[in-house]
Amino acid sequence: MNIIDKIKTAKLTGRGGADFPTATKWQGVLKAHSKYPDKPVYVVCNATEGEPGIEKDKFILQNYPEKMLAGMKIAMETLGAEKGYIYLNPVYYKKFAAKLKKIIGKLPIEFFVEYGGYICGEETVLLETIEGNRSEPRLKPPFPTERGLFSCPTLVNNVETFYYVAEIADGAYQQTRFYYVGGDVKNSGVYELPIHLSIGKILDETKNSPPFEFFIQAGGGASGEILTSGELDIPLKGAGSIIVYNFKKTKTLLLIKNWVEFFYKSNCGKCAPCREGFFRLRQLLKCRQLNIALLRALVQTMKDASFCPLGRSIWLPTVGLLEKIGLNNKK
Amino acid sequence: MIKKFIMTIDGQKIEAKEGETILQVALRNCIDIPHLCAHPDTKVKANCRMCVVKIKGVNGLQTACSTPVSEGMDVETLTPEIRWARKFNLELIFGQHVEDCSVCVLDSKCDLLKYRKIYNSKMLRFPDRKINYPIYQFGPIIFDQTKCIDCRNCVEVCPTGYLELKDRGSDINIEPSADKKKDCIACGQCLVHCPVGAIKSEGEFESVKEIKKILQQKDKTVVVQFAPAIRTSIGEELGLPYGLVVTDLLTAGLRKLGFHKVFDTSVAADFTTSEEAGQAVNHIKEGKNLPVFTSCCPSWVLFIEFNYPELIKNITTVRSPEIILGGLVKSYWAEKEKIDPKKIVMVSVMPCTSKKIEIERKEMFIKGNKPVDIVLTTRELAWMLKDEKIDLEALKPELADNPFGDPSGAGVIYGASGGVMESALRTAYYRLTGENLKSVDFKEVRGQEGIKRAVIKLCKPVKTNSGECIEIKAAVVNEIKNARIILDELKKDPKKYDFVEVMACPGGCVGGGGQSLPTNSFIRSKRAASLYTIDKNKKIRLAHENPAVIKAYQEYFNDEKICKEVFHTSFHQQKKKPIGRLKRDMKDFKLIKK
Ligand code: SF4
Ligand code: SF4
Ligand code: SF4
Ligand code: SF4
Ligand code: FES
Repeated sequence: MNIIDKIKTAKLTGRGGADFPTATKWQGVLKAHSKYPDKPVYVVCNATEGEPGIEKDKFILQNYPEKMLAGMKIAMETLGAEKGYIYLNPVYYKKFAAKLKKIIGKLPIEFFVEYGGYICGEETVLLETIEGNRSEPRLKPPFPTERGLFSCPTLVNNVETFYYVAEIADGAYQQTRFYYVGGDVKNSGVYELPIHLSIGKILDETKNSPPFEFFIQAGGGASGEILTSGELDIPLKGAGSIIVYNFKKTKTLLLIKNWVEFFYKSNCGKCAPCREGFFRLRQLLKCRQLNIALLRALVQTMKDASFCPLGRSIWLPTVGLLEKIGLNNKK
Repeated sequence: MIKKFIMTIDGQKIEAKEGETILQVALRNCIDIPHLCAHPDTKVKANCRMCVVKIKGVNGLQTACSTPVSEGMDVETLTPEIRWARKFNLELIFGQHVEDCSVCVLDSKCDLLKYRKIYNSKMLRFPDRKINYPIYQFGPIIFDQTKCIDCRNCVEVCPTGYLELKDRGSDINIEPSADKKKDCIACGQCLVHCPVGAIKSEGEFESVKEIKKILQQKDKTVVVQFAPAIRTSIGEELGLPYGLVVTDLLTAGLRKLGFHKVFDTSVAADFTTSEEAGQAVNHIKEGKNLPVFTSCCPSWVLFIEFNYPELIKNITTVRSPEIILGGLVKSYWAEKEKIDPKKIVMVSVMPCTSKKIEIERKEMFIKGNKPVDIVLTTRELAWMLKDEKIDLEALKPELADNPFGDPSGAGVIYGASGGVMESALRTAYYRLTGENLKSVDFKEVRGQEGIKRAVIKLCKPVKTNSGECIEIKAAVVNEIKNARIILDELKKDPKKYDFVEVMACPGGCVGGGGQSLPTNSFIRSKRAASLYTIDKNKKIRLAHENPAVIKAYQEYFNDEKICKEVFHTSFHQQKKKPIGRLKRDMKDFKLIKK
């Protein structure tokens, strides 16, 4: 069985958050390569971590850099890639570049230091920045698999995905993934556990089940979904992160403010609903009397009309918080 | 062959072609999907997000302007969800747009106001975020950041890179460049492509008041001229079909407004052609300063003067038709009519923003007088007509005044890309052979393509001489971005062309920065086609055959000095124009110098 078939059989999906089947992506690049045989193929490893508060990429870069690079090398060989890029945020670049460089040796793999912040985790933004353009998303289609970096077929996978590609190649993959558990817990950190484990079980296994009333944000520190303690019987989707909030101690309005502030600072400004929406949300949240109807209307509009996932993502946590938890520190 | 198939929009089965977007198919079938950033001339950016629609079987909403159609696709354009998204999105957009509707170039054609009614959006839901943003003026262009919705159309169409996109998030902004190597050439394409009227030209619409005042003054003779490209576009401003020829109605309307004499700039174009064809033939014969560049587009001239001063010598010294007519009126005609040129006010109606600064050039003055005193855009004239409640359609057609009222066909096609070249070729043949062409059409230089290249053989008929020919390697350049291509070619091979026409605006002046809005490729070709129809139906189609031209040369322009003074000029290297700041008087929205 070739590696793509193995990945397919293992049902590996992208671990950056989008859960896209990895084998399909690789096949897409191969197909594009045979369509445009003259164009080089690129492989990019996304090591931007993305969402605030998560440390999964960091954990792998720290502990298993060889594995991750092995996965990348497999991808480059399988897809006939001319060149690979490791796309790091500036902090990780400082921390890990030297070590990675040693392992890379003579392989045609380069580093690229991200500029433009959180939004660069989105694969088309990442490609734009490598090309030296503004950090803004591209229209899709065409997808990067067909017309990615410099309009050439390009594979973008994240650190964890490449790690597991190497595991699969070694026959060592056991349907696990990395989880980050943080927030109001005792044992925050990164854990490798089975993919189908329910969120409740993950908290148990990592000895993080809170003894107090709580709710969680699942899938990302800013854009993740809000779940109550009664809703934890499901596996974790998206970026594998769980942030636990102490129900009594958490100022939920402040939480929304923090999310909005984060996105306000990190949006690229390309499209109207997101650019203007975060500006207005931020102002709205400063008002003495919070207009919740307008708040909801805005996040709904941003979800429905924004160009890229960044603008769309404020809706989920905000509406979840309003509906499931409520605002406990209204002025 | 392009694949055709059936798709569904709002329950209606519609034929669509592969490669079209949902927006294109919908608009073609009179289904209105609101769109601001989408313009037929620009790339799909999908950043205003007003055109969201629902595609059956696809999660969420998609933008119609960026989504290609496919067979069997089922689109809904107005679900409650879509209404909701558009309503609030529009309110967000209003939040970054100061509404100075009463003095806006879009006048009654504003899409924001149209959509506001449909989606019941509150214009004032959010306080104006940009109220304290700067209002810039560079040359004749006024860029009002307080109205800008950051769609980037202007950045894309600006041929000089003068408008730059700065910053990120809600600090994002379009700024005039501080780069010393970039300057605005006043073409007004930014203005034409702005969906919300954030850019206008100086005078819009204060000059109208100024003219009304002048018309009251008893001791002034107020003469008006209208450019070739106005006759097929002004009708649009007044609700008539795109490209309709309204020359004689326009003349009647101008008289009704009180102008004392109405002249046609196309007649002056015949003078331009006569001079230019002669100069070009001489240079080509002598091989001197080749290629010859046309000079009637002031934006193109500015472009060369600022960016390629080494090529200034290649520009023909002939003045643009507008300036020539001003000069004719204030010299030849004034003398004939025994009017003091100082008492003549020359107003011109131009499709052009660049003409507003061309008239300030000192090298155009004649005995200290400006040949033209005030330039109005097509929009300004329309504004004036509406203000005076003059309905062109209801008027009786009238002819423009002698001696500058009846142009040749060659003078009329000046308004379309290729027209200047074609007119010149027709007359060049005569200059060379002493005879007139049998077939005067040079179709190879017409049309909307960016660059039209042709090798044109003009031969003396065998019977008169030994069959001497000259070959003219001609290029017609439509838009400055294409001029760069030609200039690069010339750098490699300086002999590649002999004669090059450049018009800065797409399609030539039919697509000018002063034109009626909207302007796009479809509308431009309508306007151009009408100009060629006028030419075809004219008895006299050669500039040098125009009796007005012949008579003027006989009576007045019979020595070189006077020809030089009225018909020729000089060009020189330009420094970067300063960037001024204006502020808005909140009482009547007038813009005043800061
Ligand atoms: S949604 Fe936000 S981040 Fe994404 S394109 Fe629009 S402005 Fe940029
Ligand atoms: S007038 Fe022309 S050159 Fe000047 S900013 Fe506008 S598009 Fe650019
Ligand atoms: S000035 Fe007009 S065209 Fe330019 S970005 Fe602003 S809204 Fe768009
Ligand atoms: S092409 Fe015509 S309208 Fe445009 S700048 Fe030149 S002269 Fe003016
Ligand atoms: S018209 Fe489609 S997003 Fe602007």
